[in-house]
Amino acid sequence: MEHYNMNLTLKVWRQKNTKEKGHFETYNVKGISSEMSFLEMFDVLNEDLVHENKEPIAFDHDCREGICGMCSMYINGRPHGPWNATTTCQLHMRAFKDGETITVEPWRAQAFPVIKDLVVDRSAFDRIIQAGGYISVNTGVTVDANATPISKVNADKAFSTAACIGCGACVAACKNSSAMLFTSAKISQLALLPQGEPERHKRALDMVHQMDEEGFGSCTNTGACEAVCPKEITLESIARMNREFLSASVVSED
Amino acid sequence: MATKNFFTSSVGRKIIVGLTGLFLISFLVVHLLINSFILVDLVNPNDNGATFNEAAHFMSHNWLIRVVEIGLFAGLIAHIAMTVKLTIENKKKRPVQYAVFDGKANSKWYARSMAILGSILLMFLAVHLSQFWWPTKEALYITHADENSFEMVKATLTNPINLAIYVVGVVALGYHLLHGFQSAFQSLGLNHKKYTPIIKTIGTVFAIAVPAGFAFIALSVFLGLVQ
Ligand code: HEM
Ligand code: SF4
Ligand code: FES
Repeated sequence: MEHYNMNLTLKVWRQKNTKEKGHFETYNVKGISSEMSFLEMFDVLNEDLVHENKEPIAFDHDCREGICGMCSMYINGRPHGPWNATTTCQLHMRAFKDGETITVEPWRAQAFPVIKDLVVDRSAFDRIIQAGGYISVNTGVTVDANATPISKVNADKAFSTAACIGCGACVAACKNSSAMLFTSAKISQLALLPQGEPERHKRALDMVHQMDEEGFGSCTNTGACEAVCPKEITLESIARMNREFLSASVVSED
Repeated sequence: MATKNFFTSSVGRKIIVGLTGLFLISFLVVHLLINSFILVDLVNPNDNGATFNEAAHFMSHNWLIRVVEIGLFAGLIAHIAMTVKLTIENKKKRPVQYAVFDGKANSKWYARSMAILGSILLMFLAVHLSQFWWPTKEALYITHADENSFEMVKATLTNPINLAIYVVGVVALGYHLLHGFQSAFQSLGLNHKKYTPIIKTIGTVFAIAVPAGFAFIALSVFLGLVQ
């Protein structure tokens, strides 16, 4: 791939804190390498701002290798930018052309309040997991490997839903701010395995309940979530959650 | 808790939307079948709407159909009540809108416009019921006049404005179903590697063929192909 440098105009959302109203600020960055990541481009911009004695832009990031889910940026109308199955930290500047204007916004959802600039509070996700996304039965001593048979199909599906990194792109892309792709991935990874079986019904009921409590919207199956998910979790997962919830509602004695 | 929660939960409500949606779809099949009797005149010019009138008479007098009709209205009202509630609630979940929103990058426009398509459908249904359903009931229960459904259809659909409203209505229906048919199965939790592609294909064919069928019959009446 040919290397090139570019100058860009950035329109970035600045917001002091949760309460204050935010606004867009326009910045120019020069000499950005096509081999930089999108976050590295922001590092360059922030360094410029520090040199100019201005407040750097707050944005979330941690691993910078696509596995932690922190780097929430809504780039030109799409979570994590134009590439599919990619987090912002893995988005490279070669996705952009010299002279382009790029608009960067935080995830926008009632359930994800802005903390500062591009940083949002995603603890609603933590509370959904706390509501039932775990196994509380005592697992006892280490058992022999392969003592519990699991079909290859289910093992693979559980693994691919467990790949969810809790980034929140699904919520950000959804016109209803629905968290169903995330919640269904967290329900699926356990529902598909024998270890998840004992608490299966209670888990589905409690996690869906918490998801609603947190103020996420409801699904209309547009598929925007699966189109932007960096881990390619699919609508099949949401259908599984709906099944789990339906059977749990019928079976439950409460 | 679980039973109570079902009807107030996001997932439970969506299951109701799916069930009522599929119920309404089953009604469309029957409706199109009855309407298609109008076309008998194409193959048998002496029919003059007699077959259609017979079918319409059966539909308005059979007691079982009457009961199903009440169920149909209940289903329609439940569908509308749930979807209106969900749409309004979902709108509130994003108090600050995006400045740039690239909707087409991630989903189809008609999938994002179900509420608008539904609202067009609702307006169409109001006109449609007042033009075709109410006159039949009026003749049956109030004026006790002779009913001739075919003549009523002809009188209405030979008016170009009425035909235009009809066509707009069935086009909105087509797009509503283009997303809605497969969406209902997904809402009910039916998503399967083997069957989902088949459901999607059937849904697409249904969403095009059924509205096209309604439109074709209406057009045949308008053009005087059936007399
Ligand atoms: C009369 C007014 C109507 C309104 C206001 C309306 C509105 C809606 C809305 C807002 C949705 C939810 C959007 C979504 O799930 O993506 C929906 C879904 C649906 N509608 Fe309607 N609709 C109407 C009539 C109909 C009719 C007449 C039919 C069928 C003949 C129908 C079939 C469906 C189906 C199959 C779904 C998908 C259900 C699901 O995804 O769970 N609707 N409708
Ligand atoms: S489902 Fe995908 S988009 Fe949603 S939080 Fe998990 S990884 Fe992110
Ligand atoms: S910074 Fe960890 S996924 Fe992007």
